[in-house]
Amino acid sequence: MSTAQPLLRTRALRHFWPDGGHALALEDLAAARGESLFLHGPSGSGKSTLLGLLAGVLAPSSGDVLILDTSFSSMSAAARDRFRANHLGYIFQQFNLLPFLTPIENVLLGCAWSAERRKRAGGTHVRMAAEAQRLLSSLGLGAHVWSRTKTGELSVGQQQRVAAARALIGGPALLLADEPTSALDASSRDAFLKLLLEECAIYGTGVVFVSHDLALARHFDRTVALASAPVES
Amino acid sequence: MRLLSLTLKSMRQRKAGVALTVFTVALSVFLLLGVERVRTDARLGFASTVSGTDLLVGARSGPVTLLLYSIFHVGEATNNITWKSYQDIRAMPEVAWTVPLSLGDSHRGFRVTGTNSDFFVHYHYGRGNALAFASGQPFSDLYDAVIGSEVASQLRYKVGDRIVLSHGLGGANLATHADKPFRVSGVLAPTGTPVDASIAVSLEAIEAIHVDWHSGIRLPGMEASAEQARHMDLTPKAITATLVGLHSRLSAFAVQSAINDYPEEPLLAVLPGVALGELWHLVGTAESALRVVSAMVLLVGMSGMLTALLGMLGERRREMAVLRAVGASTRTVFALLVMESTLLTVAGMIAGVVLLDATTAVAHNYLLATAGLVIDQNPAPGEWLLLVVVLALGSLAGCIPGWIAYRRSLADGLQVRL
Repeated sequence: MSTAQPLLRTRALRHFWPDGGHALALEDLAAARGESLFLHGPSGSGKSTLLGLLAGVLAPSSGDVLILDTSFSSMSAAARDRFRANHLGYIFQQFNLLPFLTPIENVLLGCAWSAERRKRAGGTHVRMAAEAQRLLSSLGLGAHVWSRTKTGELSVGQQQRVAAARALIGGPALLLADEPTSALDASSRDAFLKLLLEECAIYGTGVVFVSHDLALARHFDRTVALASAPVES
Repeated sequence: MRLLSLTLKSMRQRKAGVALTVFTVALSVFLLLGVERVRTDARLGFASTVSGTDLLVGARSGPVTLLLYSIFHVGEATNNITWKSYQDIRAMPEVAWTVPLSLGDSHRGFRVTGTNSDFFVHYHYGRGNALAFASGQPFSDLYDAVIGSEVASQLRYKVGDRIVLSHGLGGANLATHADKPFRVSGVLAPTGTPVDASIAVSLEAIEAIHVDWHSGIRLPGMEASAEQARHMDLTPKAITATLVGLHSRLSAFAVQSAINDYPEEPLLAVLPGVALGELWHLVGTAESALRVVSAMVLLVGMSGMLTALLGMLGERRREMAVLRAVGASTRTVFALLVMESTLLTVAGMIAGVVLLDATTAVAHNYLLATAGLVIDQNPAPGEWLLLVVVLALGSLAGCIPGWIAYRRSLADGLQVRL
């Protein structure tokens, strides 16, 4: 399956931190288009670093990341930024919205740097705003909530839904999520995940979801244990 | 979303910090331009102590010496001009007007100038301003005196007060002309020139108080009362210097050399502007000192601005990480920060200029009256250059946090540790 329509592949990824003491070596990963992947690893196993590498924000010390058969190492930094804007959505663990924008503006930020995603989200500002509202509603955030002007007044759970909508608007090929449910309680966590994965299915968006909480694994197509070990640098 | 609107919205979130930064920049610009204006206006004011006068004529000495004793009332004349020479200069066809100046007496440390009522018409200063009266009028009686604003304020004189002139320029123990007291007929408005610290009387009055004097002492047995003096011949025998106005400026050099070659007496005619320039050159150290102050103000102001801008960056790390994650390039992040510092600088500059203009408008009369400083509300010529430098430094200051953010976003990845 993953060889037929590859979404994501890594090859012999290694990352050395600048302090020189630590290094990270990762087993090769692969995911097909539309596939949802649960990456599981304990704290400190380099999950966030891996996501940084997959997002093309961090450059690996060696090895390569290929998304949609495009190699990051062959791209310039500016081209990686463009690629990320077009094809990747990212959900942070927490505190990831700009409090001075409205919830809708925060969602629209997701396609601010990509003409491709703006087009997929409707093209005109009115249509994009409508799509942002639809996404928020689908993710369980009603109009009475997002019409409030200040994003900073939303609860953590509500903010996380806005962040998810921002990552999903314009239908990216790959959604990267860094423990986005760690601040939610168990029942709202499962409800949120369910809605999130439903939206991904609509766009055919593949998911790489990182968490230390194995209880979430059942929502995903496949689970990969992050078996990285510190190596000698 | 446009970068500008993103920046503006982000700044609205940090109102206090933004206001503080703008205030810092405004204060720097205010100080910088203020010092620059004082410097330029001090020089301009000095250079236009006498304006509209084409030639200054006195006994032969040096141009600066002549200027010092006749206009600035510093030092004493070595020689006088005879009344005949003065009449000859007056009679020259190119000459439009003359204002005689007769110096040598004083009143409680302020110098007395003997002149005629043309002085109030032709003596101009600054950008062609004539003398104006704060109260009273020019002298009409023989024993009338017009006092400068500083004389009036320091000695608390007003129109109608009686004053007694002293013989000579020294301080204490001067012989006085107590027998011929003067009445204050007018008080001049402040000018910021040496006129403020002088007393003007008519040439005839100078003659009258000296009718019974010879070679600096009062002749015993020859006393003439104030009333008797009125009926004597009061035509002056000599004056100290004269201001000369010409029909055409073009003839200034011709008249100047004609006077310098005057056969009956060694005379010196100078162009006041040239002599003032020479004199300013001598006292120019003060200007250099102000320049140094300007540079220090610039340095401190810009450091303050940079500190404020850098302080704000810390608050924005997460914002930058979020923008990076949604596809903003490092260049965009850099542009955001430079745009912000440029906006803050421009806002600060506008606020600073407005503050300066308001202050000069309010303090104009106060400065003129107390410091004799004419601060113009027009921008000094060097101001534009300074503003460009401030703007460039402000934008450059944004490059530093921009560069730090760039480095950080590479090192942080999408993880922001707080």
